[in-house]
Amino acid sequence: MPYDFLVAPFAEFEFMRRALVGVLALALGAAPVGVVLMLRRMSLMGDAMSHAILPGAAIGFLVAGLNLFAMTTGGLVAGLVVALLAGGVARATDLKEDASLAAFFLVSLALGVLIVSLRGTNVDLLHFLFGNVLALDDATLMVIAGIATVSLVALALIWRPLVLECVDPGFLRSVSRAGGPTHIAFLALVALNLVGGFQALGTLLAVGLMMLPAVTSRFWARDITAMVAVAVAVGAASGWCGLLLSYHAGVAAGPAVILVAGLFYIASILFGRHGGLLRRMFLRPHLEA
Amino acid sequence: MPRGFERVHSIAGRLGMPLLALALLLALTTARAAAQENGQDRIKVVASFSILGDLVKNVGGDRIAVATLVGPGGDVHVYSPSPADARTLAAARLIVLNGLGFEGFIDRLVQASGTKAVIAIASAGVTPRRTGEGGAVDPHAWQAVANAEIYVRNIRDALIKVDPPGRAYYEADATAYLARLDRLDRDVRAAIATIPPARRKVITTHDAFAYFGAAYGITFIAPLGVSTESEASARDIARIIRQVRQDMVPALFLENVSDPRLLQRISAETGTRIGGTLYADQLSGPDGPAPTYIDMIRHNVSEIVAALR
Repeated sequence: MPYDFLVAPFAEFEFMRRALVGVLALALGAAPVGVVLMLRRMSLMGDAMSHAILPGAAIGFLVAGLNLFAMTTGGLVAGLVVALLAGGVARATDLKEDASLAAFFLVSLALGVLIVSLRGTNVDLLHFLFGNVLALDDATLMVIAGIATVSLVALALIWRPLVLECVDPGFLRSVSRAGGPTHIAFLALVALNLVGGFQALGTLLAVGLMMLPAVTSRFWARDITAMVAVAVAVGAASGWCGLLLSYHAGVAAGPAVILVAGLFYIASILFGRHGGLLRRMFLRPHLEA
Repeated sequence: MPRGFERVHSIAGRLGMPLLALALLLALTTARAAAQENGQDRIKVVASFSILGDLVKNVGGDRIAVATLVGPGGDVHVYSPSPADARTLAAARLIVLNGLGFEGFIDRLVQASGTKAVIAIASAGVTPRRTGEGGAVDPHAWQAVANAEIYVRNIRDALIKVDPPGRAYYEADATAYLARLDRLDRDVRAAIATIPPARRKVITTHDAFAYFGAAYGITFIAPLGVSTESEASARDIARIIRQVRQDMVPALFLENVSDPRLLQRISAETGTRIGGTLYADQLSGPDGPAPTYIDMIRHNVSEIVAALR
């Protein structure tokens, strides 16, 4: 019986297997990025970036028509430009990163809407940029898997300075000049994973698979490596359960995956080992008094 | 002194180009306004989308000037109006809508434009179909030619109401066009009769062909509902794949305004071939295979017959 419920849909249908592979690859790449974003107090950056990619997608559309590759590349470039500008301004001036990001993403979004209106089209461009997790073709799967691979390798390379900068940017600056390049490389990874997520999940909700597992992991782990492990596991489990939910309950797949991740988050708020509400209420820390 | 003069001169030089451009622009706009003056004696009619626009054109002929809000290739389900559309509406004497909930955007747009135009619902008198039990009304009534004939009569009556002196003209045009639609209807039935009944099954992207299917006896199955806006669930797609395997559905069809990837996936998974592209909610451009309503129906039918026979 559990086999019928949990495994049979994937065994019977190839589109379910492809969806699962896509979501797992996405969780693998996006969850660690989400953890670092959270530790840097940039949890809302994903949302800002998801709007910032519009002008790139629109220019891609103007140049090549409804061409997925051109629009994805354009979106990626626009996301990178906004992230780099925001990061650069934050480093060069007194403005904080979230403030400069807010400014740049709004300008970018407005530019995107303007470009779309120039063409006077009635096709929803962002909608086209979104794939459907239930309709992943070979090319899209390769893109998602490629993004996950690049993310993991890049994270491994920049991990030490990246973590150090989260914890003590002043110290990093005193011992090394890797802070700036590391930060820029990391912002590039954020944009890359978001565009990949749109392809895979088919909605703006892709940001959810980056952030929800990350904030959930905070309740279960103290050190960052364990957090990343928990986040990837939560992301993968959300993907699997969400697809099953979509299959058995007949609801749209993208939102189902994110809602399951949301359930994990709410359960963690209550039952989490570190800072969960129940633990706080019933088990007083022994250092008290 | 000389320096000051030079400066004035250079400013004039710098202003020269923009001034020239401005003059050109003015000339262009006046020319355009004059062209519009010439078109003034025609009755301005707005149709909500290209298929309806074509029907209106066939009845109104040279007495009217038709504008469509959502042109060929646009998606009416997710369309959002622009200020230019409000201006078009404000200038119109007659607005022709499909009705049946197809133009969700229209009420607010009509109000915002402050237009005094007569509003005609082309589908008035059509027997509406619902999707499933208690489902939403399916707006794609024009896909059955018999319904298009009702549309044409409604459009004729609306034009006569707006422009009584043109009565004879509109009646003659409508009668001629109705005769062409009758012939189209007979041709469609004859073509479909060549398909063995067991093979009259087709899968499309969104549920746009229920009227067509009911009128001509073809079963249409679609992963998306009547609107392209909804997102399919894994259960829907699994159901369709099972159905395709069991019922041996011979062909899948893409649509001109929908994302093809979902159907390509279903095609790959079931080994069913993709028969071609059907035109559901919009005509093609003038160079495409379906520039008019009659061409559209003929194109769809020939694609279906070629794939199923």
